[in-house]
Amino acid sequence: MSEPNEHAHTIVGPRVYVTILFALLVGTALTVWASFIDLGFWNPIIALAIATTKATLVVLYFMHVRYSSKLTMLTVVAGIFMFLTLVSLTLADYISRAWGSW
Amino acid sequence: MSSDTIVRLPDQATARIPKDNYLTRENGILSWLLTSDHKRIAILYLASITFFFFIGGALAGLIRLELLTPQSDLMATDTYNKVFTMHGVIMIFFFLVPSVPATLGNFLIPMMIGAKDLALPRINLLSWYLYMAGGLLALYTMAVGGVDTGWTFTTPLSTHYVNTNVLTTGLAVFVAGFSSIFTGLNFVVTIHKMRAPGMTWFRLPLFVWAHYAASILMVLATPVVAISIVLIALERTIGIGVFDPTKGGDPLLFQHLFWFYSHPAVYIMILPGMGVISEVISTFSRKRVFGYTAVAFSSVAIAVFGFFVWAHHMFIMGISNYAVLVFSLLTMLVAVPSAIKIFNWTFTLYKGSITFETPMLYTFGFMGLFTIGGLTGVFLGTSGTDIHLTETYFIVAHFHFVMVGGMLMAFLAGIHFWWPKITGRMYPEKISQLAAVVTFIGFNFTFFPQFILGTLGMPRRYASYPPEFQILNVFSTAGATILGVGYLLPVLYLVWSLKYGAVAGNNPWQATGLEWQTQSPPLTENFVEMPIMDHEAYDYEWLEKQEREKEKEVTSAG
Amino acid sequence: MPDNLVHSADAASSAHDEHPPYLRHHFNSAEQQADASNFAMWLFLLTEVMFFGGLFTAYLIYRNWYFPAFVAGSHQLNVVWGATNTLVLILSSFTMAMGVWCAETRRRKGLVLCLSLTFILGLAFLGIKSVEYREKIEKHHVPGFHYSMQSFLDPQSDPEVYAEYHDKPLTPDMAVHTELYFSLYFLMTGMHALHMIIGIGILGFMILRARAGAYTAGHVTFVENFGLYWHFVDIIWIYLFALLYLISRHA
Repeated sequence: MSEPNEHAHTIVGPRVYVTILFALLVGTALTVWASFIDLGFWNPIIALAIATTKATLVVLYFMHVRYSSKLTMLTVVAGIFMFLTLVSLTLADYISRAWGSW
Repeated sequence: MSSDTIVRLPDQATARIPKDNYLTRENGILSWLLTSDHKRIAILYLASITFFFFIGGALAGLIRLELLTPQSDLMATDTYNKVFTMHGVIMIFFFLVPSVPATLGNFLIPMMIGAKDLALPRINLLSWYLYMAGGLLALYTMAVGGVDTGWTFTTPLSTHYVNTNVLTTGLAVFVAGFSSIFTGLNFVVTIHKMRAPGMTWFRLPLFVWAHYAASILMVLATPVVAISIVLIALERTIGIGVFDPTKGGDPLLFQHLFWFYSHPAVYIMILPGMGVISEVISTFSRKRVFGYTAVAFSSVAIAVFGFFVWAHHMFIMGISNYAVLVFSLLTMLVAVPSAIKIFNWTFTLYKGSITFETPMLYTFGFMGLFTIGGLTGVFLGTSGTDIHLTETYFIVAHFHFVMVGGMLMAFLAGIHFWWPKITGRMYPEKISQLAAVVTFIGFNFTFFPQFILGTLGMPRRYASYPPEFQILNVFSTAGATILGVGYLLPVLYLVWSLKYGAVAGNNPWQATGLEWQTQSPPLTENFVEMPIMDHEAYDYEWLEKQEREKEKEVTSAG
Repeated sequence: MPDNLVHSADAASSAHDEHPPYLRHHFNSAEQQADASNFAMWLFLLTEVMFFGGLFTAYLIYRNWYFPAFVAGSHQLNVVWGATNTLVLILSSFTMAMGVWCAETRRRKGLVLCLSLTFILGLAFLGIKSVEYREKIEKHHVPGFHYSMQSFLDPQSDPEVYAEYHDKPLTPDMAVHTELYFSLYFLMTGMHALHMIIGIGILGFMILRARAGAYTAGHVTFVENFGLYWHFVDIIWIYLFALLYLISRHA
């Protein structure tokens, strides 16, 4: 056959899901709380870091990527990489348009 | 031309087209319109893209007619703008992007990997319907007055300054984009998940590798042009301000999003053609492709690097100098994998047993013209020279060399190469060789003068020009007439061959590849038994062994 | 003679007699079919990432160019509603994941319950969203439809928001850019809501099929793949919430 199918046989149970649910709820509370504190330029960084952590948990556990084939992981990484390419190379233009004025 | 040929046809007195094949399995129009057979869908696509090609070609004819004289005298300038816009939109989105993948890719990929169909046959049919919907919308747009922004929809012209049908054209492209996404998605899943036993990645024909790379581009890049069209539509209708300087928006943002797709789009267009060239060159040199791994990886490299260079279309548009530097450097990088392919194909020819059947003639044309087109791309990627050459006829010549001299020739090579497999019949060799030569001559007459015109400074997208440019323009138009004849001939003799062409048999070219081991035309399910791949790609020794064993069977049975 | 292949595999012929009804003929096994359709859904999600990606790119650029306008605009969004919606979606992702587990372990009633809860939570999300949208419409903060900069030129004319944040008035040329903020707000949340609506529609269909036992007889692919879509929509919202609502909430 073409690619070995590994994921269909790992059934992820409720305990994992409940744990992740609580982690996500805590993360939400955390990010709302952090936005009310003045941390200067750290605010957006913290907000994005918490959002990315939450997203990672959803991808790995709710979407089963942790239990899936390497191909699935590669697909996710490829998507993220492409998105980051779009953003960063576009920003390369915008950031450098008026050096120092940002 | 050499009278040597590798063609071996069955005895025409007794040979017959197999009674049971994908064309005869079912009858009636619904069996075509509701088919899930990838081969029938490929035929549907072939008919439709040929139709759109000739519409785009007619528009090209109008352009060249206008440009016979320096004044804008054949049509109003606004009309000329509409003509070249629709020429671009139709040729790019409704001909070039789907040409090889949707016809040859659809037909051959399952057969080449040993599968019964693509992974998602109904999505495949949906792709065709989306393509038709987009195409009909484009025709409707032409009927109600067209659009004159250029196929690039540059803002703020397209959002704030024209009264023409930007929205309907945008919708047509949006819908066609989804057709492309679904085709690419289908190919990626199929190639990963449905290869026959023994068909490892490095035994795949390079045609499959090329389509895999192009499909990744289709899946990842096309959605960005989709969102850019949505933004244009909202900017035009509601005035959301994303591209409106008076509200703080930046028109260049559109161009970033648009070219993020449209540069990979040119690789979507050329990679499948390069896949065809790999197959044809190997068959007509009777040699495995030199440096298989390099050619396979260079396809993927073209796809990956192709994502990093889009702003080389925007050097003069107002991006920062730093961005110009970055994108110019990255553009130099993307030329390398294409060059690797050309070198490897050339080394394939070296010490091969070369014959000059029609697919090989188109292939030679491809190699020369694509090389010229690609080299002129280096002039354009170098920002210093690009400032002078961009938006002139130099660019027009560059992309027509790679797209028409390259891609379209590869498409014709592929159509001729696989025609016997698709229809069971051979095309007439002499007239097809003539058509190939006529096309080559016509092409060079049409587009080579345009390099000179561009260097001399003639701008593109202008209906009128200084009188000193007229002689070269007349040359170009004369060439276009010859080119038109060269493209018309295949339609005529290919249709003729459906009834009167010689019966081809399974493998008239003595080619390797799983598709040539089955009947022509193939069965609906492609293979009677699941094939098992036990030899490398382009293994001519294996093929010879097959032939000897068949002979032994016949002689010992008798 | 049609085929002169080297070997033949007789796996195909015997399997044909016993293959499950949902196995499409171009696949060799149910496993291959499930695998292929799962991969196809992931690729589709990639296209969605790139589709939203264009909007995120626009957002990042304009937020950096017009930060004060974006701050002022974000203060018009109610953090309580936004956070509630985030919790609603996270919970719906949980119920969806539980639904997949029920399908895999053949719990028909459990599956129907989980899908129904997901459905209701999805509707709740849309309900809250429409409350928020209504407020924007009333305050004339919808670009292109009598957009008004009054709340930003003179923050005290908007007593609820002023009481919380005590914003300074924006200069007129910065206030103009609040329209960009709201354009992106409506674009991104609207596109997200459209995906929610489609998802809820499919959920409705799935609940009916689940009640008939379609997904608890060993063929869970549809539920699994829809789950992927639903989780993706949740992830988009996680980022939208962080980017649109939480720009800067300190006074």
